[in-house]
Amino acid sequence: MNDEELSFIRRQVKAAMPAFEDSGLRTDLWPRMLRRMEEPSPIFGWFESALVALIVMSFLSFPKLIPLMLYHL
Amino acid sequence: MAADPAVLISFQEAMDALDRFAEGEQDAFETVFRQYQGEIYGWIVRMVREPAAAEDLTVETFWRIYKLRKRFDARRPFGPWARRIASRLAIDYLRSRQRFAVPSLADTSVLIVPHDRRDPAVQGELRAQIERDFCRLPPKLRAAATLALIEERPYDEIADGLGISLSAVKMRVARAVRRLRASLEKLGIRP
Repeated sequence: MNDEELSFIRRQVKAAMPAFEDSGLRTDLWPRMLRRMEEPSPIFGWFESALVALIVMSFLSFPKLIPLMLYHL
Repeated sequence: MAADPAVLISFQEAMDALDRFAEGEQDAFETVFRQYQGEIYGWIVRMVREPAAAEDLTVETFWRIYKLRKRFDARRPFGPWARRIASRLAIDYLRSRQRFAVPSLADTSVLIVPHDRRDPAVQGELRAQIERDFCRLPPKLRAAATLALIEERPYDEIADGLGISLSAVKMRVARAVRRLRASLEKLGIRP
């Protein structure tokens, strides 16, 4: 990738998607933060436990899946 | 309401709040939240480009920060640590949104004849298509490309915020550019 190519792609992309000029926060999020902190934590249910067990067993059985999975994460 | 209370407290007060936050004081968490919410929101909204989603992600970022407060080392700067947590959430959000992405015209047999590109309607459609192709980039590439190509943030700032090395940022941007170039070529757009 040379500078000219980078500049060309940047021009095309910026014409389609201008920079986000107004990135200032307009509201105080603290009240929402308080509500979030008061929400009960989700319970780690049987389905999640089974899913985790299945994934762990898959990794133990097929270790070659680990780098593949890490790549996609 | 312009919510940038960062200017309301001194540097020393901010440092004290971070020390107390690391020790688990909830009042200090509020001070830290008010100090950094604008910065974190600004970082997230540049990546996801949706203000409402960015607000939600900012709250979620601080919720994670609150839960991880014992891991925070008050001797290190808070901003980059918080931005790394925010980046992970933003990338997860982009990943979840990608499932609903509109298919690219570049994948179909539709071709735009070059002389049509002078037509404003065609130009508009081409821009929409470039945006769709950009949104179809893998989320990690898209995050790096958004910050580098659109927002024109320095690479070291991107590396710091994404929690990756400078060379990894360059690699992600280069891969994104290659993919975008291929999409543009299919639309008949060449340098």
